[in-house]
Amino acid sequence: MTKYTALRLVTIFVTVVIGVYLTILIANMGGYVDTIMRNEIKYNAAQAIIANPANRNLTPEVRERLIQEKIRLEEKRLGLDQPFAIRSIRYLRNALTLNLGYAIYMNSDSGSRQVRNILLERLPATLLLTGTSELILFFVSVFIALSLSRKYGSFWDKLTVALSPTSSAPPWFYGIFFILLFAAVWKILPFGGLVDVPPPQNPIDYGLSVLKHLILPASSVIVSSLFLSIYNWRTYFLIYSSEDYVDMARAKGLSSRDVERRYILRPTLPTIVTNFALLVISLWTGFTITETVFLWPGLGRTLYQAIGLYDTPVIVGSTIIYAYLLAITVFLLDFIYALIDPRVKIGGGSPQ
Amino acid sequence: MNRFRNVLGELLRYPSAIIGSLVVFMLISIAIYTLIKIPYREAIRLWRGGEDVWYQNPKYAAPAWLNLFYTKKQPISFAVSSAKGEMEKTVTPLDQDITTIELKYSFDFQYDEFPQDLLLYFKSQFSEKSPFISISWTTPDGRTIRIGDFAVNRSQTFRFSQDKKLQKRLKTEEKVIPALFSVAGGEEYQTLKGKYQLVITATSFESNADIDAEFVLHGKLYGLAGTDQYRRDLTLALLWGTPVALAFGLLASLGTSLLTMIIAAVGTWYSGWVDELIQRITEINLVLPFLAILIMVGTFYSRSIWVILGVTILLSIFSGSIKTYRAIFLQSKEAPYIEAARSYGASNTRIIFAYLIPRMIPLLIPALVSSVPSYVFLEASLAVLGLGDPVLPTWGKVIENAFTDGALYRGLYYWVLEPAVLLMLTGLGFAMLGFALDRVFNPRLRDI
Repeated sequence: MTKYTALRLVTIFVTVVIGVYLTILIANMGGYVDTIMRNEIKYNAAQAIIANPANRNLTPEVRERLIQEKIRLEEKRLGLDQPFAIRSIRYLRNALTLNLGYAIYMNSDSGSRQVRNILLERLPATLLLTGTSELILFFVSVFIALSLSRKYGSFWDKLTVALSPTSSAPPWFYGIFFILLFAAVWKILPFGGLVDVPPPQNPIDYGLSVLKHLILPASSVIVSSLFLSIYNWRTYFLIYSSEDYVDMARAKGLSSRDVERRYILRPTLPTIVTNFALLVISLWTGFTITETVFLWPGLGRTLYQAIGLYDTPVIVGSTIIYAYLLAITVFLLDFIYALIDPRVKIGGGSPQ
Repeated sequence: MNRFRNVLGELLRYPSAIIGSLVVFMLISIAIYTLIKIPYREAIRLWRGGEDVWYQNPKYAAPAWLNLFYTKKQPISFAVSSAKGEMEKTVTPLDQDITTIELKYSFDFQYDEFPQDLLLYFKSQFSEKSPFISISWTTPDGRTIRIGDFAVNRSQTFRFSQDKKLQKRLKTEEKVIPALFSVAGGEEYQTLKGKYQLVITATSFESNADIDAEFVLHGKLYGLAGTDQYRRDLTLALLWGTPVALAFGLLASLGTSLLTMIIAAVGTWYSGWVDELIQRITEINLVLPFLAILIMVGTFYSRSIWVILGVTILLSIFSGSIKTYRAIFLQSKEAPYIEAARSYGASNTRIIFAYLIPRMIPLLIPALVSSVPSYVFLEASLAVLGLGDPVLPTWGKVIENAFTDGALYRGLYYWVLEPAVLLMLTGLGFAMLGFALDRVFNPRLRDI
C-alpha cells in the first residue's frame, strides 16, 4: 500500500514539475516579459539617478555612467544577464518550493509584498466557496438521482432530463442573474464580497455574515452543475439497477434501501467519484470569473486583479498554485479510487 | 443515405432535438445575415465609433419596445435632418442678396417623461458673412418660447440644456428640457402632451449661402436593443456577436474533437512508447491550469481571437476523452478487416485514417455538438475578464462593458440581459441537440 502511494506520489510530482516548467516557459512569452522588465529597469534607474539631489552637479557623461552601472546591477540582481534557459531552472526551483518572489504592485492584507503571502492569504476564501458548493452539490445530486432512478419515467424524471442542458452555462452566468434578482431587484442578499462592511466583531456574527454572503456564489456554482450531475448519476443508477444481482437481492427480500445502498450505490461509486473529480477540476479553473463577478476575495479574484495591473509574479504564482491544487485533486482521486474500487489492485495499473 | 435517414428519423423522436436544431438553425441564419448585411470592415468601423458615428443616439438608452410594458411612457429618440428633406424648408429671397431660410419641424409628444436632451447641428455655407439664426419653440398650448439668436459658423452645435442664455430665460439651470416640455409656472414638472413645433429662421447675407440643420432628440429609449456608454447601438454587437460566437465554438469544438480522435487512434495503433507518451502528456495536461494559461497568453502575448482559439485547441486536445476513444479503438483494432488490411500491405497511415477513424465518427458527433456551448462560454468568459479580442464586437464584450460601468447597480438591466439571453440560447440550443444526438448514437443510453 505504501509502495503504491509512494510510486503514485512520485509520478504526480514529476507531472507537476513538468507542468510548472511549461507554465514558466509560457509566462516568459519568448522573452517578451524580459523586454518589459529590462525597459522598466532602464526607466527606473534613470529616474533614480536624476532625482537624487546629490547628482545634480555632475556632468551628463558621469551621470550616464552612473545610470548604466545601476542598470547593470539591477539586471544582475534579477538575473537578466543570464540566458533564459538557466534562469528558468532557478525559477522552477523557486516555484516548487513556493518561493514565488515579490509582487510588483500588489500587497497582501497583512502588508507583505511576497507573492506567497498574497496568494496563501486568499486561498482559504476560495477553499471555503469550493468546498461548500461541491459538497452540497455532491450530496444533493446523489440523493435526488437515487430517488429519481426509482421513479423512472415520472414527471420529475422527465423534467430533470429536460433541464440538464442548462448546465452548459458556467457558474458566473447564473451568478449574474442571481445578483440581478436577489441583490438588485429584491434586495434581500448582498451584491458580493465576503462579509458585511464594517465586519462584525463578534465571531458568531462574523460567521453568519460570511454565510449570508456565501449563499449566492455557492448557489450559482451548484445550480450550474446540478441538473447535469443529477442526470448523469440517475443514468448510471438506472444502468446498474438493471443488473441481475439487483433482482436477486430484491428476490431475497432485502429492503429497498439496503438494495440501493449495497448493490446499486457501491458499484457506481468509482464512476461517480471519477466524474465528480473531473467536475472539481473543471471548477477550479472556472472560479476566476465567478469570484470576480461576486467580488469574492479568493485566489481567482486575485488573479483577475493581477491581470489588470500586469503584475507578472502574482499571475505566474497563481498559475503555479492552481497547478498544485489540480495535482492534489488528481492524487486524491487516484487514492480514493484505489480505496473504493476492489477491482483496482494496489500497486498495479488502474483498469483501462 | 439510408443510414442518414434512419438517424434523422430517430432524432426527430426527441422534442429536445427539434427545439435544439431550430435554435441552432436560427442562430446560423442570423450569423449569415449579419455577415452579408454588415461586412467586417463596416462593423469594426461602427464599433470603434466615436462621436461622429453615434452622435445621434443617447447614452444608456433602453430598447424602444420596453414602452409596451411601462405605464409611464418614456420618450423615444429620433433625429431629423433638413438636408435629407425631413424638415420643412422654405427659402425666401428678399432684396439685395438677403435670403430668409426657414426650417420647420413639428412632432407629436405623447410621453410621460422628459427627454434627456435636445440638440441642433448646423452646417452652413458662406464666404464671409455668417448667417444669423433665430430659434423658436411652440408648445401645444400655444406658447412660443424664444430659444436663441446667434450668428452661426460653418459647423456648429447647439445644445438646448447647456445654453446659458436659455437657462436664464427659463429661470432654471438644470431643468431646461423639462421646462420646455411642461406647463408654464408651477413647481412640479409634468409633461404636456401634444404637438410641438421647432422653427429655425435664418437670415443669410450672401446670394449663395445656405444652411442645413439636424434636430436630434435624445430620449430615454432607442432602437431594438438600446445603447451603451459610447452611444453605440447594441444591435450591432448582438448581431455581430452571433457569427463570432458560432465560429469560435464550432471551430474549437471541431478542431479539438478531430485532433483528439486522431491522437487516440495513432496512440492505440502504434502502441508501445507512443501510447505511453500520449498517456503521460495527457496527465501533464490535466495538471496545467487551463484558464490561467489562457489568461497569461492573453495578457502577455496577444488577445487576438485566433491566437486564443489556437491555444484553446492546443490545451484541449490531450483531454480525458482520449481514454474513452482509446478503449473503443483497442476493440476495433482486433477486427478482422483490419487484419486483412495489414495482410495486403496497407501502410499504418492508411489503416488509421481509412479504416479506424471513419468508424468512430458517429460517436464523435454528439461530443462535438455538446462541447460547442463550453467554448462559446469560454470566449465570453475571457471577454468578461477584459481579455477579449480588442476590435471585434462580441457578446462577452457587451457584458464586460456593462459590468465595468456598473450596469446592475444602475438598473440598466437590458445591457446585461440581452447578451446573456443570447448566450443562454446558444448554449441551450447546442446542448439540447447534443443531448438528443447522444441518445441516438450512444447505444448504451438508448433505452434510457
